[in-house]
Amino acid sequence: MDKMPKWADVVLIPLISLILAAALSALVILAIGEDPVAAVKLMVNGALGSTYGWGYTLYYATNFMFTGLAVAVAFHARMFNIGGEGQAMLGGLGVALMCLYIPWPHWSLALIGATGLAALFGAAWAAIPAWLQAKRGSHIVITTIMFNFIAAAVLNYVLVNLMRPKGSMDPATARFPGAVHLPTLHELLAPIGLNFSKAAPANVSLLVAVAACILVWLLIWRTRLGYEIRAYGHSETGALYAGISPVRITMIAMLISGGLAGMMAINNVMGEAERLVLNATEGAGFIGIAVALMGRSHPFGVFLAAILFGFLYQGGAELALWTTIPRELIVVIQALVILFTGALDNMVRMPLEKLFLALRKEKQA
Amino acid sequence: MTLMKSLMGAAAAIALSTGAALAEPALIFDLGGKFDKSFNEAAFNGAQRWADETGGSFREIELQSEAQREQALRRFAEAGANPIITMGFAMADPLSSVAPDYPDTKFVVVDVTWIEGDNIRQIGFAEHEGSYLVGMLAAMASKSGTVGFVGGMDVPLIRHFGCGYAQGVKAVNPDAKIIANMTGTTPAAWNDPVKGSELTKAQISQGADVVYAAAGGTGVGVLQTAADEGILSIGVDSNQNHLHPGKVLTSMLKRVDVAVYDAMKAGGDVETGVFVLGLAEDGVGYALDDNNAALISPEMKAAVDAAREQIIAGDLKVTSYYENDSCPVLDF
Repeated sequence: MDKMPKWADVVLIPLISLILAAALSALVILAIGEDPVAAVKLMVNGALGSTYGWGYTLYYATNFMFTGLAVAVAFHARMFNIGGEGQAMLGGLGVALMCLYIPWPHWSLALIGATGLAALFGAAWAAIPAWLQAKRGSHIVITTIMFNFIAAAVLNYVLVNLMRPKGSMDPATARFPGAVHLPTLHELLAPIGLNFSKAAPANVSLLVAVAACILVWLLIWRTRLGYEIRAYGHSETGALYAGISPVRITMIAMLISGGLAGMMAINNVMGEAERLVLNATEGAGFIGIAVALMGRSHPFGVFLAAILFGFLYQGGAELALWTTIPRELIVVIQALVILFTGALDNMVRMPLEKLFLALRKEKQA
Repeated sequence: MTLMKSLMGAAAAIALSTGAALAEPALIFDLGGKFDKSFNEAAFNGAQRWADETGGSFREIELQSEAQREQALRRFAEAGANPIITMGFAMADPLSSVAPDYPDTKFVVVDVTWIEGDNIRQIGFAEHEGSYLVGMLAAMASKSGTVGFVGGMDVPLIRHFGCGYAQGVKAVNPDAKIIANMTGTTPAAWNDPVKGSELTKAQISQGADVVYAAAGGTGVGVLQTAADEGILSIGVDSNQNHLHPGKVLTSMLKRVDVAVYDAMKAGGDVETGVFVLGLAEDGVGYALDDNNAALISPEMKAAVDAAREQIIAGDLKVTSYYENDSCPVLDF
């Protein structure tokens, strides 16, 4: 057996990567003349030190869970869906249509309706690249990223010309009616005696995201379809030999992926802004790629990685508020963490693997 | 769990020390960033001028995401900052939900004039009037009878700029051709000098010999290309004449810096309400300095100044794009 123990793979490698990223970030902060220890304390405090901080961390994490799952599902079928951004934008359009034009009696029904249409819109946006890939062999990376731009243009047209309330200069829809207001964690936790911050935007869609994590796990590892998706991802010819249709799997995996990305809109559009703005997704679709990579495409890994990225976002916001660290450097710090945990994984993994092998050989000898 | 607790404890201590800021003004920049050579930078310059003159200090944040809008407003308000100055139309909605919760804090918002709130100073600019004047200059300086307009992101505000400009052009030369392009449909369009340069080249190939850039950081590329290709350009928001002396016809000034400076100077007693700054208030105008003196002939100056007087007196009306979401002389 030439593998490391599982605990090293799951715990040790991400931990070392994080420490390396933190050390490099500290150097960056030192170089611009700020105190790195104070900065880290500020980030940890701002993101995790109060229910207010947790509320924002979990709000961002909810976005990243949806988009991370979307990328992860496509990964299992060996497809790289980088169109999460556009699919989430279209999902936002679906949520806005549902919330503005249907008089919902209760938020729970509105949530079901909005989730449905958001997923449908997101899936529809993924369906065209998927079909082009399955039938024509147009590479999915190219087509999905192009569809991000088309989605931005569609949203811009709709918001500037069709859905903008008269007299408003802001390219955004009107506010959704009060009946579709999703309960925030404050409102959810108050009845059981927990006092969660009122100002934070984390809301009931966090629970939907967690449910989505569990459902994706069930789908991938406990159903026949999930088996087919994984088989197709491991070997297309093998899957074909086993009677699995590549066209069918490509389409289904991408539809699920697009649907999950679209569902992100219930959090940012319905839960937070309560109206559709032009810049609603703000990169969460791309962060989803990093989240899925870091989470090894496993729903639980995605869950943890999403919380880490939520922490980085909220901690970064606190840094921007209370220090003079420019926002470009905050992005650098966030990027370092992504780089070390996602892209430079092998840099830590290979030496560690060798170390474990050497130790084992010594024991045997 | 104990680790968590000690972390939280350490964190709470910092929270107390950071939250103790006194009544400093706070400035919230929009997503374009502080140094966009345009709108946000003008605000920063105004704030810096106030700080230099009074020795005071101010808090600031460059927003990174939409969710931070409300967050930054609340955090600054809770920390006791006053007044809190915010930039851009996208702050309208978060501000109208946050401001009522902090009745003792004064909020200032630039580019918003349509929200409710007793403690909000809303400042709008009559950009169409200033754009009208530079449009007249463009038409008078143009030899080909074709002028260009490069907008940033395709939003109503930028159409508002373009519409005033087109009316000014048509007032001088009813047969003039106006080529209007928007850089894009995402916020990246505010900071894409390369695309701005390409659009300018495309407009030049269609005959344009004066190009007006109302595009934030993208405008830097427009002005550069115009100077390289030997045509004239028009800058926006700040006075950009100095970027390419003798090559920039003029700049449409939008005195965001003055608005921010005045608000900071007034401090917590800043007057609230809706203020629209037009030509009469010197809120907008065109820039004339040593760098472009040779480009503006006395006749041009006389014609523009006459129009300015007429607009101030109400004899000449420049139609606003907002009136019915369309422009009488230009289709977008």
